Amino acid sequence: MFDVLAFEARAGQASLARATTEPAIVRIVLIGTTLTFLGLFLFVPLIAVFAHALAKGIGAYWESFREPDALAAIRLTFLAAAVAVPLNLIFGVAAAWAVAKFDFFGKSVLITLIDLPFAVSPVVSGLIYVLVFGLQGWLGSWLAAHDVKIIFAVPGIVLATIFVTFPFVARELIPLMQTQGTEEEEAACVLGANGWQTFFQVTLPNIKWGLLYGVILLNARAMGEFGAVSVVSGHVRGLTNTIPLHVEILYNEYRSVTAFALASLLALLGLITLAAKSFIEWKTERQLAASESVSEKGAT
Amino acid sequence: MSIEVREITKIFGDFTALKRVSLEVPTGDLVALLGPSGSGKTTLLRIISGLEFPDNGTVVFQGEDTTNRSARDRQVGFVFQHYALFRHMTIFENVAFGLRVRPRNVRPSKSEIRDKVMELLKLVHLDWLADRYPVQLSGGQRQRVALARALAVEPKVLLLDEPFGSLDAQVRKELRRWLRRLHDELRITSVFVTHDQEEALEVADRVVVMNEGRIEQVGTPEEVYDMPASPFVYHFLGSVNLFHGRVHAGRVQIGELELDAPDHVGTQEGPAVAYVRPHDVELARVKTDNGASIEAIVRDVHPVGALVRLELDRLDSDGVIEAELTRERYNQLKLLEGERAFVKPRNLRVFLKDL
Repeated sequence: MFDVLAFEARAGQASLARATTEPAIVRIVLIGTTLTFLGLFLFVPLIAVFAHALAKGIGAYWESFREPDALAAIRLTFLAAAVAVPLNLIFGVAAAWAVAKFDFFGKSVLITLIDLPFAVSPVVSGLIYVLVFGLQGWLGSWLAAHDVKIIFAVPGIVLATIFVTFPFVARELIPLMQTQGTEEEEAACVLGANGWQTFFQVTLPNIKWGLLYGVILLNARAMGEFGAVSVVSGHVRGLTNTIPLHVEILYNEYRSVTAFALASLLALLGLITLAAKSFIEWKTERQLAASESVSEKGAT
Repeated sequence: MSIEVREITKIFGDFTALKRVSLEVPTGDLVALLGPSGSGKTTLLRIISGLEFPDNGTVVFQGEDTTNRSARDRQVGFVFQHYALFRHMTIFENVAFGLRVRPRNVRPSKSEIRDKVMELLKLVHLDWLADRYPVQLSGGQRQRVALARALAVEPKVLLLDEPFGSLDAQVRKELRRWLRRLHDELRITSVFVTHDQEEALEVADRVVVMNEGRIEQVGTPEEVYDMPASPFVYHFLGSVNLFHGRVHAGRVQIGELELDAPDHVGTQEGPAVAYVRPHDVELARVKTDNGASIEAIVRDVHPVGALVRLELDRLDSDGVIEAELTRERYNQLKLLEGERAFVKPRNLRVFLKDL
């Protein structure tokens, strides 16, 4: 939702700039305040992460990634993301499709449920899994009897990651698909296309940028999640630590170079996400602008 | 291919969109479904297309029951009100879509598809826009693309939902004449939905007037305009004057005016309403010999193009009469605002009041 608002703000910018031009002094103060604030709270910490990571030279920095525990944490993080992203991609598209294109009983309940992971604290989400799958939980004894380990093991981490990230794609697509309506799909159907053809040739191309945007945010969250994963992990080194959890352990042990080296990896991921996000925004905006200018020409 | 719907009922929640509607469309006809919004005309069209399914009743194409067949298998062409062009495809790809999604064994070859698409684009005079995207086209052009796309699959039936609804008046007029010519060329059984009576009367072979989920009248444009079957049709097709009166033995009494009402020879005496089109209202400066006229005062005179519209206040009651005169007739009469006139209706139709 937030990016829909951001988008509207951007669309309004051009005309607003003309309508409400403030005196130079006001502009300088406003821009100055924003930049100072951003500098203090965003750029300085970001630089600090890399500065600390490289404090003992590039050699020590690279060495941090060669520790088996660090490597295991990286691998686990990627594994969790590799499972969560495709699953939530499919779920998100299916849920958005259902909500936007059909009317059914309990639709508003479904929309609310999709938002649940955003609404509850990640720690609570983690605890829910412990309550269900933990040794003392509802399914605990049954799972133990069948020798299935979920909590304090890799499956628990994957499950927690899936849970906290599942709203991203659906949230992104529902408003988009609702504004696009169902007419194009109906047109495809009357023209003889089957369900798959309609989805891949008509629906998917229309939502691809929104979908990609959702996936990028989803991936960033999947890799950076701390709270929920922390609860179900058990912090077993080399086995159930993801990058964020491992960073915390290292930091608590005063191994700041290694901790910040791993943190810089997450920071880098964040920067890449931002770049990709900006690129997609720029791309969709350009497409929109192009289509608008052309359609204006066409109309006259 | 002929279309027949029998006893169709469709309910959305607690709103009944269609109430036991039956209609026959003979092969090759161009039929307009005309009615106000909420009259069920679009629902009926969508049920014929298979995009919507009736709660009751059957849809028959050329004697074959297709009620449970999905839209993909009905071989209909559907033109949507807002065009519904595939926005990420070029005009060419839009028109080619219906052919490209066919199963391999019945799909034409690439060159056949190209020839067919270009032929259709020529038919709608848009072959020079084949590589553009829908957003780059004007509304009228998009509508023609939508039509070409619908025709590409060689439909047996062409269905159009408010085809000119979102176009401006000038383009609208042009496009509907063009649609009429196109239909005369192709002779595909066609049904279009409209709320614009002028459009229906000008384009269609037959007009189906709908109201509140029911069909009020089916007939040629002349029939529905000149001989409306119900007060609703009278109101909906053009403006009309109402005269309240009483019928008795084939005569109707309106104020001091008494006229023949041949439809009601057998009816008992009772209250009735007579309907007269403004152009069937005759005005005179002096009372006619037999005294059968209504006295009124001219309230307003509006010259509109070749016609002059007058509004008159009745003296015998507080009703208002609208009259439409040709300029020629008006210049003979030269009635000015505030002057007295004698009104005599021609061609009035009398309906008994619902009791």
